[in-house]
Amino acid sequence: MTTEQVIFNNVSFRYAEDQPWVLKNVNFSIKQDEWVAILGHNGSGKSTIAKLMNGLLFPDEGEIYVHGIKVTPDTVWDVREKVGMVFQNPDNQFVGTTVRDDVAFGLENRGIDRNIMIKRIEESLLSVRMTDYLLHEPHRLSGGQKQRVAIAGVLAIQPNLIILDEATAMLDPRGRKEIMTTVNDLRRETKVNLVSITHDLNEITGADRVIVMNDGEVWLETVPRELFKQETALRQIGLDVPFTAKLANRLQTDFEFSQQPLTQKELLDQLWTFHSNK
Amino acid sequence: MASSLIIGQYVPADSVVHRLDPRTKIMMIFTFVIIVFFANNAPSYLWLTVFSLGAATLTKIKPRFLLKGLKPVWFLIVFTFLLHLFVTREGDVLTTLLGFPVYTGALIQGFQISLRFFLLILVTSLLTLTTTPIEITDAIETLLHPLKKIKFPVHELALMMSISLRFIPTLMQETEKISKAQASRGVDFKTGPLKERIQAVVPLLVPLFVSAFKRAEELAMAMEARGYRGGEGRTRLRELAIVSRDYIAFCLFFIVIAGLFVLRG
Ligand SMILES: Nc1ncnc2c1ncn2[C@@H]1O[C@H](COP(=O)(O)OP(=O)(O)O)[C@@H](O)[C@H]1O
Ligand SMILES: [Mg+2]
Repeated sequence: MTTEQVIFNNVSFRYAEDQPWVLKNVNFSIKQDEWVAILGHNGSGKSTIAKLMNGLLFPDEGEIYVHGIKVTPDTVWDVREKVGMVFQNPDNQFVGTTVRDDVAFGLENRGIDRNIMIKRIEESLLSVRMTDYLLHEPHRLSGGQKQRVAIAGVLAIQPNLIILDEATAMLDPRGRKEIMTTVNDLRRETKVNLVSITHDLNEITGADRVIVMNDGEVWLETVPRELFKQETALRQIGLDVPFTAKLANRLQTDFEFSQQPLTQKELLDQLWTFHSNK
Repeated sequence: MASSLIIGQYVPADSVVHRLDPRTKIMMIFTFVIIVFFANNAPSYLWLTVFSLGAATLTKIKPRFLLKGLKPVWFLIVFTFLLHLFVTREGDVLTTLLGFPVYTGALIQGFQISLRFFLLILVTSLLTLTTTPIEITDAIETLLHPLKKIKFPVHELALMMSISLRFIPTLMQETEKISKAQASRGVDFKTGPLKERIQAVVPLLVPLFVSAFKRAEELAMAMEARGYRGGEGRTRLRELAIVSRDYIAFCLFFIVIAGLFVLRG
């Protein structure tokens, strides 16, 4: 229990009695300091999992523990102290009229002293590199910048667990890159549990572990490197591996990789060292 | 366009009036609206006019902007004047205009009422010209705080106001996007008979409402996820503080009130 930050124990969930089960018997756990990616096609139940993790929804069957606390209607506020969440739509989670007010929102809700608030806002905007935008209104920010502010808002409350629910899905390629860089930097600088939800396999390369969801069930639990080998099976559940992985898998037939390359750089390194090794 | 909307009429400038606590400004303006009706002779009107123009000058806002705020009411001011001119029958007949007799009393009264109207609009617009909407929201929240005792949802009201302020530009941008999308499908908003133009607004409003409701739902969820559980036990980043500048303003304003009651007949 001490190292397990999140435990899903036989969790089943449906939105209403007369509706199909959205999650069926889901089991997994997330350890201290781990970055876990949850992957799955649209409607596979990823957001439902995220909402269950901080008590926006409650399981119909099974139990969920977050940081040792069982998630129930009585404990939601304790759970939300420890869980920060970034949603998909950059606009619909921006509450404040300026960047500063928005980062403050979570702190104000927790009744944090104003002086501490000011310090935390400064620090968290610094770590997402948005300090220069302190007094900007949301409509003057790009999608990527708004999402970085949302991440700052989460960092400011110093959570144990940060959930990013398709935080990049509505962004352009540049915004996506901004967010992925921010997340990778965070991972390096702070020790915080990270759950990143996505349907884009390009975004899981940095994760320690991947949980693949399909139609409300855990389809596979593995590491990114292993997952990239399963190109055909993934395609059957509506997921597409990155170009690098595809190329590596094609080359596999007459080329012996020492390990499945995760990134373009790894692929290139293996390719050019291959010849010199011979 | 959107940026001028979020700040409403607010004209940024570095002036004493801008720096006054919004509560000070609201209370003074509220009092002014009442005392204007106590002016009843030339000296008292002059006194209030001097005060109003003085306050307007202190804002350091260009008269151009001040007059822009008065634009929609010019007509009313002139109309009130003319109405009094022709309807009031007091004093001596001065002259005849368009076949109507014009009395001296009418001239005086028409002038007084119009001036009163002008001063009211000028002074109240100073509030929105020198105070950001969010400051006004904060001020309303603290000023109405006592009403909490009778279960009036003060915090909720203020939050509603600030969320509206935050989403106005977003919804404006969205309206623009949808209207362009519909226009490119051949919907014509700008020409044709009124009935057709009203009908053309329907394909604009429906998607706008659908998206606004979706936004509301997602925003509520995001707020909850960020630990929002009502006004109880919340702290605030934006703080209002009454400082010496506000006390001085109150003193000066008190002299204005006292002066008015000395001067009125
Ligand atoms: N509020 C809701 N009410 C009813 N059904 C819902 C609701 N939200 C999601 N669902 C359904 O639950 C399933 C899983 O949704 P979700 O967890 O949002 O998937 P994902 O995030 O992986 O796209 C989908 O079939 C979706 O239609
Ligand atoms: Mg989702």
